[in-house]
Amino acid sequence: MHPYPFLYHRASSLSEASRLLAELGADARLLAGGQSLIPLMKLRLASPAHLVDLNFIPGLSTLAEDGDQLQIGPLVRHADIESSPVARRIPVLVDCAAGIADVQVRNMGTLAGSLAEADPSGDWAPVLLTLDTRVTAVKDSSERSIDLADLVVDAYTTSLAPDEVISEVQIRQPGPGSGGAYLAYKRCAQVYATASSAVALTMREGICTGAAVALGSVGLHPRRIASAEAELEGRAVDAAAIRRAAEAAREACDPQADMRGSVDFKRNLVAHLVEEATLLALRRSRGEKVEVEHIYG
Amino acid sequence: MAEAIEPLPVRLKVNGELHERRTEPRTLLVDFLRDQLRLTGTHIGCETSYCGACTVLLNGKSVKSCTVFAMQADGGEILTVEGLAEGAELHPLQEAFSEEHGLQCGFCTPGLLLSSYQLLSRNDRPTDRQIRKAVAGNLCRCTGYQNIFKAIRQASEKMRDETKAAE
Repeated sequence: MHPYPFLYHRASSLSEASRLLAELGADARLLAGGQSLIPLMKLRLASPAHLVDLNFIPGLSTLAEDGDQLQIGPLVRHADIESSPVARRIPVLVDCAAGIADVQVRNMGTLAGSLAEADPSGDWAPVLLTLDTRVTAVKDSSERSIDLADLVVDAYTTSLAPDEVISEVQIRQPGPGSGGAYLAYKRCAQVYATASSAVALTMREGICTGAAVALGSVGLHPRRIASAEAELEGRAVDAAAIRRAAEAAREACDPQADMRGSVDFKRNLVAHLVEEATLLALRRSRGEKVEVEHIYG
Repeated sequence: MAEAIEPLPVRLKVNGELHERRTEPRTLLVDFLRDQLRLTGTHIGCETSYCGACTVLLNGKSVKSCTVFAMQADGGEILTVEGLAEGAELHPLQEAFSEEHGLQCGFCTPGLLLSSYQLLSRNDRPTDRQIRKAVAGNLCRCTGYQNIFKAIRQASEKMRDETKAAE
């Protein structure tokens, strides 16, 4: 299967990539890992006239720590995060990275690319929405910083300008007493999640002082569920509170019936995932080391 | 869309040998390997990034060569199934797949060998769970997988013994 022909441009810097996007217009796309774009191009669901390749720009694969902040370059692959001792300090990042598709896709696909594509079923956005995440974007020679919550606008739509390029993703390591977990339900490794949930908790003396509950694959874009968070915040996170948070998420989600399941099935699944992810987040907030894996149906 | 797109140069070191060819930007790595270098051991299965039959190593990391443009791999090193055996001597993974009946029709085998190769080059004592995760991106429609898992386990033992013997 061959994509439509396109002209290939190899950028030597992010500023150059941004200038190329501005020059070439709406029919140009960035190429990072290509694990979403290339399959779409092969099926001819996407047919950009120009590809601007970021893969030969030096210095974009840095995964570093600056104080309590993790800095992720635009060519950091899912597999880099999966195996990074630095990323391990925020265990929910490893839950997510290690469960994306399969080894081969994780070796190529990038976190920044996943955020920029904004697929409603992407794994990273729900996880990073439960953390303090900012995205830096370059346009020509200027730069701006965007809160992740303001980046995700709609299905496949971000607030990035057509000639803006993500130059770094910054994730703040949650403070003491915090824990998070991400659970996705997938029919098999290669497919997108039927539903997913990320939960982050901060506990102080048995009381929840901060809660974030996000859902993926069950709406036009991943989003935080305030009504579920309200059931946890300011309370002891006991079985009853967790149950109420799960029910709130069941109500608030907006799944579509498709080949992955009916609306009812997906609502039940959401409630289950929120419940399980909250329990895992709670254990981690107490300092327990817990391995979390996606659920394969 | 009708105008011809000029082919661009691509340099790849494949199984230790340097190749330079001109190719259209839309050429996928798998087509470059099969059609331009005539290395047909790498198979094309689903063409939709699911099945993993086209798995090769790019700079030591397994990738689906049907989901990578040849241009992206420019300057890189590739290992394909043709690069596993040394002359007439099979790689321990190939021997183990043969001995444990880790294949029937053989179509998925090149990809499974390369995924297993990446696993064993990083982890010489994988658990059953790790073996399953490592080949989750490779579909086999014949074996039911059990003999593939056995083969990978056997190969890891063989390779450990060989390393020990060499020490």
